[in-house]
Amino acid sequence: MAFIEAVIQYGFLQKALLTSVMVGIICGIIGCFIILRGMALMGDAISHAVLPGVAISYMLGINFLIGAVLSGIITAIGIGFVSQNSRIKNDISIGIMFTAAFALGIILITLMKSSTDLYHILFGNVLAVRPSDMWITLGIGTFVLLSIFLLYKEFLVTSFDSTMAEVYGLPVRLIHYFLMTLLTLVTVASLQTVGIILVVAMLITPAATAYLLTDRLSTMLFLSAGIGTLASIAGLYFSFTYNLASGATIVLVATFFFLLAFFFSPRQGLIHKFIKKSRAETSR
Amino acid sequence: MEDMYALNIQDLSVSYHGKPALRTINIAVLPGSLVGIIGPNGAGKSTFIKALLDLIPKDNGSVRIFGKTFSEQRQLVAYVPQRNNIDWDFPINVLETVLLGTYPSLGIFKRPKQADKARALACLKKVGMEDYHDRQIGELSGGQQQRVFLARALVQEPEILLLDEPFVGIDILSEENMMNILRDLKSAGKTILVVHHDLSKVDTYFEQLLVLNKKQIGYGDVKEVVRNGVINQAYLGQLSIFEKAEVM
Repeated sequence: MAFIEAVIQYGFLQKALLTSVMVGIICGIIGCFIILRGMALMGDAISHAVLPGVAISYMLGINFLIGAVLSGIITAIGIGFVSQNSRIKNDISIGIMFTAAFALGIILITLMKSSTDLYHILFGNVLAVRPSDMWITLGIGTFVLLSIFLLYKEFLVTSFDSTMAEVYGLPVRLIHYFLMTLLTLVTVASLQTVGIILVVAMLITPAATAYLLTDRLSTMLFLSAGIGTLASIAGLYFSFTYNLASGATIVLVATFFFLLAFFFSPRQGLIHKFIKKSRAETSR
Repeated sequence: MEDMYALNIQDLSVSYHGKPALRTINIAVLPGSLVGIIGPNGAGKSTFIKALLDLIPKDNGSVRIFGKTFSEQRQLVAYVPQRNNIDWDFPINVLETVLLGTYPSLGIFKRPKQADKARALACLKKVGMEDYHDRQIGELSGGQQQRVFLARALVQEPEILLLDEPFVGIDILSEENMMNILRDLKSAGKTILVVHHDLSKVDTYFEQLLVLNKKQIGYGDVKEVVRNGVINQAYLGQLSIFEKAEVM
C-alpha cells in the first residue's frame, strides 16, 4: 500500500501517525470519565477555553502548555463559581464562560498578526507536526495514562457515586479540577491532530461507542482507547490518500464506528433491541 | 457524659438555597438504637441527613459522633443513598459496586485485594445477592439494587448506618431481608437511622422516632410519639393544604 510505503519513507508522516495514535488513546480514556460524569458539554467548553491561553503564551514567548492549562483551569473554576453562587445552572454557566474565553482567544490571535495560524489551531494540521509537538504529546500522554492508572479507584467512585466519596472523605472537588487539568492537557495534545473545535468528538465519540459495547468500566477504557486509535489511523490514511482535512476525517471515521455500534451492538444496539421486542410480541 | 451517645445533635439549624429548611433539632441517640425519621414531603428529612454527613453547611448547632465531630469520625459512618440518585446505566457490576465499600479503608493508589473481594462476597451473601455478583446493576430489580447498596454499606463495617428512603418501590421480600439485617446490626450494638415514608409500619420497625416538619416535631419512643398524636401534628399542615386544593 502506498500509505505504508509513505509512512516508512517520510518522517513527517511517522510523527503524524505516532501523535494521532497517542491522541486517540488519551482522548478515548479521558473521554470515558467525561461521558460517565455527564460532562460532555464541559469537555467541549474546556477544549475551547484553551485558546486564549495558547495566544498569550505565544505573545509572551513561553511554552503554550502553561498558558493552555491556566486558561482551561481558570475557565473551569469560573464555571463552577458562577453556578454555585447564583441561580444560573451549570450548563448555562458553561455556555457563557467558554464562549467568552473562546472569543477572547480569537481577538488575541488576530491582534498578534503573527505567523501563528488561527486556522491550524482551530482545525489541526497533523501533517505539520514538529518533533517538539510530538514529544509534548508523548509526555502528556504518559502523564495522563499514569494519573488514570494510579487514581483509577478515586475516579471510579467519584464518577459513580460522588456523595459516597464525599462522605468517606475524598476531596471530590479537587479530583474534579484534576480531571479538568487532564482534560486541558489532552486538548493541548490534540491541537495538532484534530484542532480545538473537533477535540470534543475525539473525547466523546469513541467513549460513547465503547459504552454501547460493554458493561464494565475497565473494558470500556480499553475499547474506547482502541476505537480512538483505530479512528486516528484510518482517518490519517484517508486524509493522506485523498488529501482531506485530517481532523475532520478522523472525526468522521470515529462517527462511523459509533453508528456501527449504535445499530449492531450485541446488547445495546438498535437492531438487537428491535429483534428482542418483536420476539417478545410474537411469543405473547 | 456526652461520649456515651453514638449521635448527639444539639440546636441544629440548616438552610437550603438560602431558605431555612430545618430549625433547632435536638436528639441524642444511644448505641444500639434503630431510629426512624419521618415527616411529610419537603419536611427536610434528606436535608437533615445531608447536614449530618457534612454535605451541606449548618447555620447553627453541633453534631457529635461518639463525642467527636463528623470529620474526625467519618470512618464510623456508612450511608445508603436514595435509589433515584444513582445512575443505573453506569458500567459497573454488583461485586464492583459492593467493593466500593472497601475503598475508605484502602489508601490512595491502592486497589482492593483478594481478601477485600472475599469480604464483599460475604456481605453479598448476607443480603442474598451472591448469585448476581457479575450482573450489571441496571439489570436488577429495585429491591435487589437496594440490597446491593446495603451490602456495600455492610462492607464498610460502620458503627452508624444511615439509610435514605430504602424501602421506596421495592418488593416485600427485599424489605424483610433488609429489616432483618438492620435488626441484627442493632443487636450487635450498631446505631441505625432510617428515613422512612410509610407510616403504617413505623411501630413495628423502629424503637425511636424522629418526626420532622421543617423543625423537630417530636423525638422519643415510638409508642410515646404515636400516642401523643405528634405524627398527626406533623402531617396536619399538608392535609389541610390538600383539602383546600380540593375545595378550589
